This record gives sequence, C-alpha cells and structure tokens, in this order.
Amino acid sequence: MKARAFSYVRPRTVAEALSAFAGTDGDASYIAGGQSLVPALALRLQAPDRLIDIAHIEALRGVSLTGDRLRIGALTRHAELLTDPLILRHAPLLSEAAPYIAHPAIRNRGTIGGSVALADPASELPAMMLATSAEIEISGPDGVRLVPADDYFQDLYQTALEPGELLTAILVPPVGPDERWAFDELARRRGDYALVGAGVQATLVDGTIARLRIAFLSVGATPVRVHQAEAALTGAPLDATSIARAQAALDADLDPTDDAQVPAVTRRHLARVLLGRLLGRLARPA
Amino acid sequence: MTAKVSVTLTVNGETHQGAVEPRLSLVDFLRQDLELTGSHIGCEMGACGACLVLVDDRPVHACLMFAVQAEGSTVETVEGLTERGALADLQAAFRDRNALQCGFCTPGMLASAYAILARGGVPSRDQIRDALSGNYCRCTGYEAIVDAIEATARTRAAAHAQALRPQARLPDEARP
Ligand SMILES: Cc1cc2nc3c(=O)[nH]c(=O)nc-3n(C[C@H](O)[C@H](O)[C@H](O)COP(=O)(O)OP(=O)(O)OC[C@H]3O[C@@H](n4cnc5c(N)ncnc54)[C@H](O)[C@@H]3O)c2cc1C
Ligand code: FES
Ligand code: FES
Repeated sequence: MKARAFSYVRPRTVAEALSAFAGTDGDASYIAGGQSLVPALALRLQAPDRLIDIAHIEALRGVSLTGDRLRIGALTRHAELLTDPLILRHAPLLSEAAPYIAHPAIRNRGTIGGSVALADPASELPAMMLATSAEIEISGPDGVRLVPADDYFQDLYQTALEPGELLTAILVPPVGPDERWAFDELARRRGDYALVGAGVQATLVDGTIARLRIAFLSVGATPVRVHQAEAALTGAPLDATSIARAQAALDADLDPTDDAQVPAVTRRHLARVLLGRLLGRLARPA
Repeated sequence: MTAKVSVTLTVNGETHQGAVEPRLSLVDFLRQDLELTGSHIGCEMGACGACLVLVDDRPVHACLMFAVQAEGSTVETVEGLTERGALADLQAAFRDRNALQCGFCTPGMLASAYAILARGGVPSRDQIRDALSGNYCRCTGYEAIVDAIEATARTRAAAHAQALRPQARLPDEARP
C-alpha cells in the first residue's frame, strides 16, 4: 500500500514548524523519524493533507546538561540513547531500555520525541519517562511549557500535547550516586513489542529504599506507575520480604484487560514475575 | 496530485537533484527513478528488512522513509557497496557457506552485516543474531548467514591484528 498524496514542508525552526501547522485546518502531521507514521500512512490509518518534516530543525537536536537537568532533544534517535556519553552517565535507564526498542535499523531513525509524542502504551520510552521523573518540554503558539511525565500520559495515545504543539525536548534529573536502575521486558521474540515490560529507578541509602519509581508498559491504555507497589517498598530494606510485598501490591495497581495476545490473568502474573526479577537485580550489589 | 518537492541527495557517490512527489518512498525512488533494483520490497512496513540501505552510513528501512526525507543525506545501496568492494569478503563468505538461496533478503542482510562488521572485533553469534533481528529470510534458516558474518569478522580481525603487530626489525642501514 502507498500513502495518500500530501503536501510536504521542511521547516528549519520551531516557529516555522508551528506556523506551518497553524496554516492548515489541523489536517497536518509532524514527522520525525517516521518509523510509526510512515507505516500508518501506508496503511491509510492516517491521511493528513500536509506533512511537516521536523528533522531539519537544529534546535531539536543534541543532549546537554543544563542546570540540574539533562536535556535530551526531541530528535535524539533511539540508537543514540545507547551511545551518548551524557545519557549513559546521567539517564542510564533510557540506555538500558533502548536495545528493547524494535530492531537496529528502526532505532537508527526513530526518535525519543516521536516515541513520547505517540505515547504507545506498549513502547518502552513513554514508560521510562515515568520511571525517570522526566519532564516533557512542549512548544506551542503561546510559548513553552514543561509537563511532568506523571501528568502527560492521559489515555490511549492521548497526551498533554495539543494539536499543533511540538514536543521539543525531554528533561531528566541526572541519577545520583546512591541511585540504581533496571529495565526488562517479556516478549515473544526479540524486537517484538513486550507482553509486559518495566523499569525501576531507586535511591538506596544504607540498604534501605529512600525513594523509588516503578513504571510498567503494555499493561493498559497508558504507561503505568505502580504507586501501591512503590509504597510497599519505600522506607523498607530491599529484601525478599519487601519484594514479595511489592509483588502482592501490584494487583491493586494493575488492571489489564484480556486481549488477543494474552488473558489479563497471565499479564498480571507476568508483571509479578518481572517485578521480582527487576527488584532482585537491584538488590544485588552493583 | 500534489506539488513535487525538490530533493538533493547522494546515492552511491553520485549527487542527484530533482523534484519528487512527497509520497514517493525512498525504496521506490531508488528502484524506479534510479533503476537501482538491488534493494528489495517485501512488506513495506518495516518488518522484513528486504529494503535496508545505508543512510549516512547506517542501515535504515528505505520503505519507512519518503525520498524527500533524505534531503542532504548520503545513501548507499547494495550496488554501491558492491562497486566499491566494501563487502567483497562478506559476499565471498556468503557464497562459500551457501548463505543465500533465492537471495531476496540478501541486500538487507548485507546492510545489517555491514553495520555489525563496521564495529570491528568479532561479535558473538548472539550479537550477530540480534543485529539481524529485523531481517527475515525465508530460505536459509539463518545458520549459514550467521556463519558467513562470523567468518568474515574473524578474518578481518585477524588481518587487523596482523597490521598492528610491531614491524619486524629493520636492518640498521634501512632506518631513517
Ligand atoms: C516493525 C516496527 C517495530 C517497532 N517496534 C517498536 C518497539 O518494540 N518499541 C517501540 O517503542 N517502538 C517500536 N516501533 C516504533 C518506533 O520505535 C518509532 O521510532 C517510534 O514509535 C516513533 O518515533 P519516530 O521518531 O519514528 O516518530 P514518527 O513516526 O515520525 O511520529 C510518530 C507520531 O509522533 C508525532 N511526532 C513525532 N515527533 C514529534 C514531536 N517532536 N512533537 C510532536 N509530535 C511529534 C508524529 O506526528 C506522529 O503522530 C516499531 C516500529 C516498527 C516499524
Ligand atoms: S520492505 Fe521495508 S522492511 Fe519490508
Ligand atoms: S535467501 Fe531467500 S529469503 Fe533469504
């Protein structure tokens, strides 16, 4: 199948991109890596009149440490998450999750901005925004705003992004010296979307969990932070007892539905297994 | 019909400038406009890897890109890689090990293999399989393909080690 005809523009600045969108009656799409959008256009699931190619906007590139945040430009490719020294050092959970995203060639084109803008609940990076306490930088006609990941994901493919707004960067607090992290997922085949996946980032002080965030993917309409499981662990030593408590608490946090891939009970079971593995990994000295 | 858009890109070392329809995919552009039919079209969904080419030296699905998105990029297809001999050793290893039958997947396999070989060293078989995870082959069962890539990596690594070995001592009069 081929995409329906569309007009195409190649803005060089955020302002040009926003006005290219404003110049349509909303029937436009931004395109970044195109790794989700191009197949959607080919299948005619989407048929916008105009594509606005943001890949040439310099301001959306680059990774930098600014104040107390790591700023990751929206056009940063999945493959760069694996190699960028600043990301490896300050946002290592993103680097740990990146190999699970699709296949190498798709990681060479797909961008962090595209993944978080799309907000596929089965994607790795949206959930990792929750686990890393990221903030999403959004530019629109009225200026720039920052939305914490906790408020950003609203429903299936529904985010705080309004039509025409651009996701310009992801801001992540750099990990501290006492922080540990782990990512894993269960999939049928390498490169397939996960049946269940999760990332954990925790601050351990003298063996006790001072703070932690656990986020799951592929368990509902949005990526999900599991507050009850987090509460079961916070302030406790990271040991077999607290891990079992967190696994039990997961039942209250997750409400997956039956689907064509696996029934909900299986998903719940897989989530418990996965959480046990991740916490077990954190408990072992680095 | 929408207005054509100008695009300038380099394919196999040659710069092309022209106007294309925005919805023309890069793989269709290569095959139809440039008559480079080495890149194959299977699924057109990013699932099979038959269309992989190198864009700015990295494997990319030419079916998941519009030609207009390649503005300013350098594209290399299996024809280009073959002409400049970048994969001659790998192609020989493919022949030696019967790593292809119908050959439909081969251009994509070579693009993925190019990237893993470019990293240097000898990747594990697991790493090779990982690098090929987006390439479907219906004929060979992969074993021979993994063999060919592994063998090429070993030969290249050995040649590299040889080149790094300290030169045999030159006779005194030959020293600068
Ligand atoms: C075969 C296959 C397997 C895949 N497997 C996985 C997987 O396992 N895990 C995974 O996470 N992903 C997977 N993907 C998707 C891929 O990772 C995409 O890279 C990613 O989801 C989208 O990024 P992109 O830059 O390509 O976005 P695009 O496809 O360009 O855009 C996606 C959407 O986001 C919008 N958008 C893009 N950038 C911005 C921005 N800066 N501001 C506002 N809106 C924007 C676009 O308008 C579009 O609606 C797979 C894709 C394929 C084809
Ligand atoms: S044709 Fe591009 S991946 Fe199948
Ligand atoms: S050799 Fe036939 S598909 Fe791979």
